[in-house]
Amino acid sequence: MATTAHNDHHHKETFVSKYLFSHDHKMISKQFLITGMLMAVIGMIMSTLFRLQLGWQGESFKILNFFLGDKWAPDGILDPNMYLALVTIHGTIMVFFLLTGGLSGTFANLLIPLQIGARDMASGFMNMLSYWFFLASSIIMVSSLFIETGPASGGWTVYPPLSALPQAMPGSGMGMTLWLVSMSLFIVSSLMGGLNYVVTVINLRTKGMTMTRLPLSIWALFVTAILGVLSFPVLFSAALLLIFDRMFGTSFYLSDIHIAGEALERTGGSPILYEHLFWFLGHPEVYIVLLPALGITSEVISTNARKPIFGYRAMIGSILAIAFLSFIVWGHHMFLTGMNPFLGAVFTFTTLLIAIPSAVKAFNYITTLWKGNIRFTPAMLFSIGMVSTFISGGVTGIILADSALDINLHDTYFVVAHFHIVMGLSAVLAMYAGVYHWFPKMYGRMLNRKLGYAHFWTTFVAAYGVFFPQHFLGLAGVPRRYYSNSEFPIFEDFVSLNEMVSIFAIIGALSQFVFMFNFFYSMFRGPKASANPWGSNTLEWTTPVEHVHGNWPGALPEVHRWAYDYSKPGKEEDFVPQTIPLEEGELDGGAGH
Amino acid sequence: MVTILVIISIVLAVLAVVQLVRVFESTARLQGGVNPLPTDAENGYQAKMMLVFLFAYLSFFAWLYAEYGDKLLPEAASEHGVGLDTLLGFNFIIIILVMVLTHIFLFYFAFKYVYNKNRKALYFTHSSKLEMIWTIIPAIFLAVIVIYGLSAWIDITIDETPEDAVMIELYPKQFDWTARYGGSDNTLGASNYNMISGTNPLGVITNGSLEQNIADMKAEIVALEEELTTVPAGGIKDEEITELIAKRKRQLAKIESFEGLDAAALAGGDDDVLVKNEFYIPLGQEVSFQFRSRDVIHSAYMPHFRAQMNCVPGMTTQFHFKPTITTEQMREKTQNAEFDYILLCNKICGAAHYNMKMVIKVVELDEYNKWLSEQETFSESITTAEAEGVAEQKSEVDNEISMIEQ
Repeated sequence: MATTAHNDHHHKETFVSKYLFSHDHKMISKQFLITGMLMAVIGMIMSTLFRLQLGWQGESFKILNFFLGDKWAPDGILDPNMYLALVTIHGTIMVFFLLTGGLSGTFANLLIPLQIGARDMASGFMNMLSYWFFLASSIIMVSSLFIETGPASGGWTVYPPLSALPQAMPGSGMGMTLWLVSMSLFIVSSLMGGLNYVVTVINLRTKGMTMTRLPLSIWALFVTAILGVLSFPVLFSAALLLIFDRMFGTSFYLSDIHIAGEALERTGGSPILYEHLFWFLGHPEVYIVLLPALGITSEVISTNARKPIFGYRAMIGSILAIAFLSFIVWGHHMFLTGMNPFLGAVFTFTTLLIAIPSAVKAFNYITTLWKGNIRFTPAMLFSIGMVSTFISGGVTGIILADSALDINLHDTYFVVAHFHIVMGLSAVLAMYAGVYHWFPKMYGRMLNRKLGYAHFWTTFVAAYGVFFPQHFLGLAGVPRRYYSNSEFPIFEDFVSLNEMVSIFAIIGALSQFVFMFNFFYSMFRGPKASANPWGSNTLEWTTPVEHVHGNWPGALPEVHRWAYDYSKPGKEEDFVPQTIPLEEGELDGGAGH
Repeated sequence: MVTILVIISIVLAVLAVVQLVRVFESTARLQGGVNPLPTDAENGYQAKMMLVFLFAYLSFFAWLYAEYGDKLLPEAASEHGVGLDTLLGFNFIIIILVMVLTHIFLFYFAFKYVYNKNRKALYFTHSSKLEMIWTIIPAIFLAVIVIYGLSAWIDITIDETPEDAVMIELYPKQFDWTARYGGSDNTLGASNYNMISGTNPLGVITNGSLEQNIADMKAEIVALEEELTTVPAGGIKDEEITELIAKRKRQLAKIESFEGLDAAALAGGDDDVLVKNEFYIPLGQEVSFQFRSRDVIHSAYMPHFRAQMNCVPGMTTQFHFKPTITTEQMREKTQNAEFDYILLCNKICGAAHYNMKMVIKVVELDEYNKWLSEQETFSESITTAEAEGVAEQKSEVDNEISMIEQ
């Protein structure tokens, strides 16, 4: 019934309804991807610019002057205020615009309807709004780069009072206001998207698609959406109270402050309240970034190892466990705020618990490769890379979760190395895996494989080259967000290391242009894709190459088995799509057999 | 000219890649369609690269350790720090072992089980036994890590500070630190941010500073009221000055209320010692730090003592430790005659965040006492500043008025 009603709505299509105000989840997914990519390029260029300063401190670079002008990079030397601004906006863009909006927006939109066998999202209109709020918020965030006092510069966590008082730093003026407006719109976008994803997965699964037959990508995106819906409103309230403190003279976060020669008459609040509210979102946010990455990796590894994902139910269990735990660990960002040491002990305990489901996931990926039949597509390489960074970055989390050890490592480069590897790299590598894997589904063409290989190896090597050495900086006590270390003789030994990191950063950044070229060239000129180029089981590969509204031209497919019947004994092909009925006496793998 | 050359070479490079891609694709087409899947040769090559990468990654780790391992922080210079370093070492052994082993499995399996069309992968969906093993084993390791870690944490944070601990307040603002000692009575006098002035950077409340602050505040109000008579009534300036007067009066009321504090609290601050740039702590004595902040959140980070605590406006936080190595001894140990312990700011606080530091000198108790007794006390510092203070206060009021006028 929903089917016919849906098809009737889409008689004619103009350019505007097809490319701009589209309700079609496949188009919205592409819109999210390309917007996310553009934001990522901005975020990446920013990181390269501040890496120039960190690698060669106080040296002059024409390119800094070219991008930032005489005000922020006089004579090609980066201004300390602009350094903080770059760090702040780089973090904001990467965490929210690329790895939340870009990652979930792209793959939840693309995969949820296609993999569960739905014609579209539960609400196409809300889905469209979600993208437009995302775009508006992106535009505001980028526009804040161009105002006179510079963009927000208090770090991506924007702790008050630094962010609440314009007299504390130039970036806390108009730039901070725009940051808050942009983030508020972003949260609205994320909520509209998230609600839609949850409702769609619960209500619109096709016949036979039980929850235990869902591909792990859908499980991951589903749980991610729930996390977002529960935690983003808390960030919204934090932002709202901050707006009140900035504009209406309230004191939610302010007390006992004497700044710019004046004692402020704002008492009774506490900046720690903001930290609690922020990290109550902030920690689930880490998993909002990571879970879709793990979901994509599960699909890509299983498909290309031609082998069922090992421990399907344990994988779902660990996604749920991680999601639950992610809500009761936020205090590990705040061990040193003067919180009750007993509370710190509780947060240490809950945080270390997360290591167990995470370990299960890592071991299950490795077992999936064992005795597989591995095809090294670029997507597969990125997925293997993702498992590697997930482990390398994950294990250092065990150290940082330990409140006693955090005393000396808190806010040092050790933290920078940890979260960039475990969250940043893992999610970015998985996002690339997803793009290489589903590009044929999105654009009906193939990406160039050789360029894919070149892109993977340069990115992967450069990524480790940038972040792995930073552990050593952290162990030497070098604080993060320092414009320069030259004031401290104890950090002198690390000049060569900083230089090496910056060189890797430049290589890594250049390598992304190889991908950009491959992406846009192949979109128009790539070889035509077949319907199921990877020999995959999931439903999206049963749709025609040319996109149609409603996804399947005829009736919706019916599902008879789980998504991982690869190399099943007794079958001629090494894959059995979910739409093939079980033979007599054949057991469904997903049911635990 | 250079710019043009760069642009031309970029354009040419892009064109070259386009042509290369085209050549690849037309060759592929000639060979019978574009195969979406990697060829046997490609699979084999990438499989070997897995091993190469594994080797390169672990070597890079080893090289970094060889090159920079001895340039990390020197041995901990505090009692609890030694325990923390052992804890850190223990955790590192576990995680490096896990990281290396899993990476060997990951990349070796990827290498070994490369695609072969004559072979089928093993249909191995799950194994409760295996999954139990790798749930329980990490759980056991984590239990050890949690118990070990938390016992260290509790020792550091809950352990009660002894009565005779040296009391020091570290007070940051954008962008420097002030250290305040309890003085001869080893008690920090009361303080409030409303008391902050040019001569009283921490807002210490003593009879002397109260008297001075109240007099200054009253003088400022009088000056402002005089100024008010010279501006036209009902204008913007009139309104602004009126508002400022009201604010100063509220502040005055607050300051006057401190006169109600008991005599002991008011006397506590007189012998306090305030120092900048460099502060001393005695070897082998428990040092109890208190932290406040004047403006935004800062964090007092003393990496050599494995000590750190945030400084949050509106609340007091604390941390305590016992230094075990003097600056001189550490200079010998590190064979660096210029070595100094440092305090730095580790919470983003503004443009000069990277340059907010203080040198910490650890010395023998005698030397410490001698040093402390040589420092000017708070009551001395406000008396000496008083004479100049009156003139300063006057010019401050003038400044304020001229700012309003602008």
